[in-house]
Amino acid sequence: MNVVRFLLQNHTQVLELTLEHLWLVGWSTAFAMLIGIPLGIAIALRPRLNKPVLASANIIQTIPSLALFGFLLPVPWLGARSDRLAILALTLYALLPIIRNTYAGIRGVDPAVVEAGRGMGLTEMQLLYQVELPLAVSVILSGVRIAVVISVGLATIAAAIGAGGLGEFIFRGLAMVDDRVILAGAIPAAMLALLADFGVGWLERRLRPR
Amino acid sequence: MSGLSLGEALIANQTGPDGIVSSWGVALTPVCCAEMESGAANPVIEFRDVSYRVDGTQVLCSLNLEVARGETLVLLGRSGSGKTTTLKLVNRLVTQTSGEIFVNGSRHSEVDVIRLRRGIGYVIQEVGLFPHFTVAKNIGLVPKIEGWKEERISGRVSELLQLVGLPLEIASRYPHQLSGGQRQRVGVARALAADPEILLMDEPFGALDPLTRDELQRELFLLQKRLHKTVVFVTHDLREALRLGSRIALMEAGKLVTVLAPSEFLKSDDPWASAYVRAFGDGLESAANRGAS
Repeated sequence: MNVVRFLLQNHTQVLELTLEHLWLVGWSTAFAMLIGIPLGIAIALRPRLNKPVLASANIIQTIPSLALFGFLLPVPWLGARSDRLAILALTLYALLPIIRNTYAGIRGVDPAVVEAGRGMGLTEMQLLYQVELPLAVSVILSGVRIAVVISVGLATIAAAIGAGGLGEFIFRGLAMVDDRVILAGAIPAAMLALLADFGVGWLERRLRPR
Repeated sequence: MSGLSLGEALIANQTGPDGIVSSWGVALTPVCCAEMESGAANPVIEFRDVSYRVDGTQVLCSLNLEVARGETLVLLGRSGSGKTTTLKLVNRLVTQTSGEIFVNGSRHSEVDVIRLRRGIGYVIQEVGLFPHFTVAKNIGLVPKIEGWKEERISGRVSELLQLVGLPLEIASRYPHQLSGGQRQRVGVARALAADPEILLMDEPFGALDPLTRDELQRELFLLQKRLHKTVVFVTHDLREALRLGSRIALMEAGKLVTVLAPSEFLKSDDPWASAYVRAFGDGLESAANRGAS
């Protein structure tokens, strides 16, 4: 139980790094939702945009995370503060699951329901807000859930560029060849991922249409 | 005229053994047919030489058709005959490639499409109830977006539930909690919500079991006698067409073959019409005798 003792002894730092971690994940998820949900809606309603958008998000996803952090480092305003940079990189990674699930959620709405709504004289906006989005919300949230869990894991790498977060412990532990320190970063990160998964999952079930 | 009496005859024949009166609470009363036929002078819906092609396929070929005020025009035909397309042209879910459509005398393409659709009730086979809305919200949606006050909407919802023979307590349920027949009744109530003049029905009873279908056909017929909506009804079922239609428009391969009153239909020497009558006519007996022969 060396790890536990280490965690307890360093609890202020653990807490600090956890909060930093949450800061990175929280902002990046918020930005990814802000960009990804409208994009997902757009490609669901305009299928011609579908291929280029999903392909770009896919390509971003294939860039190794460490490399992406490195690429972004020389960018002027961003490079000045490593947490900005980390948030941008995490946002980019979170986009794919959010865009894809928004797209799938809206396309998955029963076409008979959409046609009935259109036939009744709902405008496209009313159709979107009253029918398509409410019916797609649980699929969209499950995309957010995947994005959050990925981000919690990826954010540990942000420590490599000095953005803080629980990765600090992991990298320090690696350098010191000390399992306790690695685990002091890895265990809280895993717990954060589980908590986030549970939290968004709960929301998803709450909002699921009957 | 004869069409309606035939419809009534069919209904009289098929009233249940204990003489059930419609749960829509309408008594069988003689209907004023003269009024309907005089309506033909200024048709509510008019197709002038309408064609529709999509991806190189001619779905509809120069259709000319008029629907009179207060009549029930049945579009009869098999799958792919263009009957559903014809229906969707009326509320512009489909736009014709050539020809013109007039609704209430005004050129279709010049009317605001949202206004047009709100004045037309639309009922489809899959019902298309909003699964995340209660029955009351489903029925009250168009009135709500039309800006009605809450009390007026809830009053209208109760009135409509009663009209389609549903108990009031169903208002707070969700569509998945209802039976198929109840869902379709809600679909009809929803279509009637803003009191549209025109009602489009696309095989509304196609997915129901025979007994429920029979019940709903009878009730729709009685309801229609009271409301005098202009109804366009799509079906492939000749029996349904004869029961409900004041006129039957027979379609085949994107063309309108003929328009006949139900009584004329049975006697018609048109090859398509008589093929239909044959297919349905001795259907039951020959099916029942298949072992005997």
